[in-house]
Amino acid sequence: MKLANVLKAGSALAVALSLTAASAAPAAFAAQSSDLQIFSWWTGVASSKALRSMIGVFNHEYRGVKVTNEAVAGGAGSNAKAVLASRMEAGNPPGTFQVHAGGGSLLSWVQAGDMQPLNALYQSQGWYKVFPKSLLNLLTVKGKIYAVPVDMQRGNVTWYNPGLFKKYHLAPPTTFPVFFKDAAVLKSHGVTPLALANHGNWEATLLFSDVLLGAVGPAKYDQLLTGKASWNSPGVKEAANLFNRMMSYTNSDYSALHWQQADQLVAEGKAGMNVMGDWAQGYFTTALHKKPGVGFGWAPTPGTKGTFGVVSDVFGLPSKLKDKTPTLNFLKVLGSKQGQDVFNPLKGTFSPRLDANPKLYDAYSQAAMKSFKRDRLVLVIGQGAVNPGFTNSFNNAMEIFVTNHNVSQFVSALTSAAQSNPLS
Amino acid sequence: MGNGTELPHNPAEPAPWISTKQGGARVKRRRVSWDQFSAVATLAPSLLLLGVFVYGFIAWTGYVSFTNWNSFIPTFSFAGWQNYISVFNTFRFQSDLRNIVVFTVLFILGCLVVGMALALLIDQRIRAESLFRSIFIFPMAISFVVTGVIWSWILNPQTGVNLILKAFGVKTLPTWFLSTTIVPNITLGQIQIGIPLALFAVLLAAVWQMSGFAMAVYLAGLRAISEDIKEAARIDGSGGWRMFWSIILPQLRSTTTTIVIILTAASLKVFGLVYAMTGPGQEFVTDMPSLNMFQTTFQGDQFAQGAAIAIVILLLMAIFIVPYLISTLRQGRAS
Repeated sequence: MKLANVLKAGSALAVALSLTAASAAPAAFAAQSSDLQIFSWWTGVASSKALRSMIGVFNHEYRGVKVTNEAVAGGAGSNAKAVLASRMEAGNPPGTFQVHAGGGSLLSWVQAGDMQPLNALYQSQGWYKVFPKSLLNLLTVKGKIYAVPVDMQRGNVTWYNPGLFKKYHLAPPTTFPVFFKDAAVLKSHGVTPLALANHGNWEATLLFSDVLLGAVGPAKYDQLLTGKASWNSPGVKEAANLFNRMMSYTNSDYSALHWQQADQLVAEGKAGMNVMGDWAQGYFTTALHKKPGVGFGWAPTPGTKGTFGVVSDVFGLPSKLKDKTPTLNFLKVLGSKQGQDVFNPLKGTFSPRLDANPKLYDAYSQAAMKSFKRDRLVLVIGQGAVNPGFTNSFNNAMEIFVTNHNVSQFVSALTSAAQSNPLS
Repeated sequence: MGNGTELPHNPAEPAPWISTKQGGARVKRRRVSWDQFSAVATLAPSLLLLGVFVYGFIAWTGYVSFTNWNSFIPTFSFAGWQNYISVFNTFRFQSDLRNIVVFTVLFILGCLVVGMALALLIDQRIRAESLFRSIFIFPMAISFVVTGVIWSWILNPQTGVNLILKAFGVKTLPTWFLSTTIVPNITLGQIQIGIPLALFAVLLAAVWQMSGFAMAVYLAGLRAISEDIKEAARIDGSGGWRMFWSIILPQLRSTTTTIVIILTAASLKVFGLVYAMTGPGQEFVTDMPSLNMFQTTFQGDQFAQGAAIAIVILLLMAIFIVPYLISTLRQGRAS
């Protein structure tokens, strides 16, 4: 009898343990070889719908392959990142996963030897001719391409209120002199010239990134972002001074605002301009029901005409993956015209393929596509494009700089951030 | 186990560890050992889980904090104190330490004073007592994130309570959590030491949420004070304030200690409230170590530095909790 009790206690313990073990790693070992696991943070309403439709295109061609987004199944956001890292290290990577184009996580994985080059895939699919060469450069390490771009967003856009600009006879702020002239006029009429939101502590970084690009030009900017030039330079100081001057034209409550609220100020005519990536245009059209060109206007940020700040989601091939066929098939669909033409209009982005159909998109995206094909492409700080440690230190330096405006302190913080977090 | 001569235990009988009156010395000794075994067997699962998921992970975090794992790719080479040194050398972490100390002290004082005041008022045998008790304790049921979002709307200088103040003709409106003023502003290291005024906005929300808890505990404490003592004091001619300071407050000492310990733990790991309400704030006036740890670890991928911050938070917590544990253990032994 007592023995039975002991057994009972023992088995209860075993059940408790196996329960915790089971909930910790449910799907990792359950996948069949014909299934494809992906990691993607496209879990919002529009983006998950777009992803589902992309998977639909894939399943139309490759029947019977079940695609699951493990980032959803295993918990969202930072948790997914940790799960991805541990699975990559344990030699049990997902089929493919989402990263940003550039020298952020993608470069880390490549440097760790965890990614397989895709040059053969590009060759077989004819993608060398289909994507702009300067975009492929952002995915290339030592001559090898490591990822397939799926969508395109622009990081250097000034959004403005066309009504206000017409009323006060202002020109779109494509250069710094024009920007400051516009800002002075708007201020004299009691309108906040530049709406700024910085609740997330990354929006001011985006603004500075664009100011830097406009101040030093794309060539020098590229060198800074890839660790080939020192941050302790006159160009960075000039950009910091310009940024300070712009800050004198912003609303004072930027720490309390999210980026949508800054764009709302522009749409309502309470503010003249806002600098934000073109994910803002989805907010203008969908949430605020404004028409492109009528309810909101846009221009490249001051001094960046002819340059396109790339924010692009890309997918690669983990080298430790045992069965690479499902992933390669999925990547073929991700890069295909058909897949991208279905995906991007739903997502509110546009296809980075040169042969993408402009008719699928609204007036803003059509204009952005034109610039994309013509312009020089650069990365944007703070959008997963550079070493995340550098970005975090950059955000921290920015949080101080927006208040104390101390240029030399800011520049030395950036310089040491670049030293302790290598950019290449 | 059993040697066959033992009385069989059938389910209809009470379990052996319940009955203590029957049975001789020989059986009793065996029963004690069975008690011990069952106690261990009952506790083992939770001890094991605690051991792995709390103490094991604390040890792991401590280990990581001494490695060079400051990128996406785990590297476990030994870094010595380097992570601690670089963390302590940042403007942000120095600000965090200032903020967490200021916040914790003011938060606990606020909750104690407001909680005590509410408890005293409710203790006056008022009508609809349970209604008021519920009203004051309800905020505790809300998540800190919800509190943070609502109070950030209320205290937003452009849209919130300031509009009411403006309507009443107040000229200089408070900027609440957007203020970057620090009083008294003494430079120490890279930062200004003092009380960041922006923290008062966060404190307002935090005290609003947690003072109901202090009230409830105090109320229980007040009700536990024997009427005889109060009666004796009254006969001796003390009443009002004198009664409060000399009789009631000393009787509530252990109650106060309990509240302070629980609120300290809540305060040192405050995250959701600040994350939702203000974020790190300009010049990190409302930043907290937990927020810094989260962003360093999961946005900056600097896992070793994040672990170092986590260990510092743990040590801060220990400074407050360990003396309490020691004093409770002593009290336990004395009685």
